[in-house]
Amino acid sequence: MNSIRSSHLVLIILTFIVIEIALYLSFLYAPTESTMGDVQRIFYFHVPSAWASFLAFFIVCAASIAFLRTGKAHWDRLAASSAEIGVLFITIVLLTGPLWAKPVWNVYWTWDARLTTSLVLWLIYIAYLMVRNYTTDPERGARFAAVFGIIGFIDVPIVYMSIRWWRTLHPAPVIAGGEGSGLAPEMFRTLMFNLFAFSILFITLLVLSYRISTLEKQLQALKHQS
Amino acid sequence: MNSLQQIYTILHKDILLELRSKDIITTMLIFSLTVVVIFNFVFEPGSEEMATSAPGILWVAFAFASNLGLSRSFAREQENSNMQGLLLCPVDRSAVFTAKVAGNVLFIFLVELITLPVMVLFFDLHIGPVWLPLLGTLILGTLGFATVGTVFSAISANTRSREVMLPIMLFPVTVPIILAAIKSTSYLLAGRDMSQVWSWLRLLIAFDVIYFVVCFLLYEYVVEE
Repeated sequence: MNSIRSSHLVLIILTFIVIEIALYLSFLYAPTESTMGDVQRIFYFHVPSAWASFLAFFIVCAASIAFLRTGKAHWDRLAASSAEIGVLFITIVLLTGPLWAKPVWNVYWTWDARLTTSLVLWLIYIAYLMVRNYTTDPERGARFAAVFGIIGFIDVPIVYMSIRWWRTLHPAPVIAGGEGSGLAPEMFRTLMFNLFAFSILFITLLVLSYRISTLEKQLQALKHQS
Repeated sequence: MNSLQQIYTILHKDILLELRSKDIITTMLIFSLTVVVIFNFVFEPGSEEMATSAPGILWVAFAFASNLGLSRSFAREQENSNMQGLLLCPVDRSAVFTAKVAGNVLFIFLVELITLPVMVLFFDLHIGPVWLPLLGTLILGTLGFATVGTVFSAISANTRSREVMLPIMLFPVTVPIILAAIKSTSYLLAGRDMSQVWSWLRLLIAFDVIYFVVCFLLYEYVVEE
């Protein structure tokens, strides 16, 4: 068996190309923001990472439901792979946010609705990975993780809503604003392309991570036989 | 037996057990009082901050104590394979779940009923005119916490790190409950308009319903052998 399948190779090359274009657009094509300056460019990585993490956690929830209904182990492996990558992206969100916030807001962190929700989200999915890894019986661990993954995902809008009622400071979504939303057309195009590029990056990571967990499982089975 | 009787029988068993040992309520109570005492060191005696922070302290104490009680209450089911026995009974899993939630709410609420007057004394709070909505807030907050906690304590009891896992799962997920409970408690204590309190209470009720439905549906996957 080849170590890398050709379909995977195509995905990896595609990801490489779109990420290169995304870098070009973010640093050279998009104009410099008039008040914030170059630091605003972090936005082109911050927002797509948040998007990729939501995508990842949505897949965790959907795969968890599928796993509880069918009991098929591959749904569980998909949920686990997706959760790991989701945690990676939400960590990027939490790291890039403060880098932007310090020069613009003059503080690294503020307890605003979106920031607090992202932090809570990060805690929930760290807990998700811990539940899975700390359960001695893997079959049970898969079930526990699925239950936690579903509750955790349903919790996301609830956490957001409750904190939004409490206070909010984060810049309002600029994308849906249309005219007067403050986003130049080049910036808008860059953001849209980066959302696409990060989706591709996410899919590639997910496919590879899923592949690794499948191979690990086969390896375990082979070890068991001998 | 219809399901109400089933729920009552399981709940009755839990109450009897607790009446004999009293360990869950005692531990929770002493713990929540300890939390209150420790928080007292944060403030200058008699300062204004004390009254404004009281709702937060109250709910931190309740949340920590509940966490303790919830994990203890499930650990009790594991002794002598109690849970297996319960699952072998010809009752629906949903009856087991509802009874466990009811038991947990009852024990935690009792602890709150004792801690609250102590808080009132220590922090010089005025709950006279608002005691009824305040009790409502306590019950609603406790219900949400106990619902999620009943599912998560069954999970954490089966992990390698046991009780340590429960707060790690429980606190982030119950952020909305804690937030809504703290807000309505502080509005009540500050003597705000009832309509403002009500807007948070409504939110709390909505959260309780959502969590209860979700946990109700998922419980059977957690206790399944």
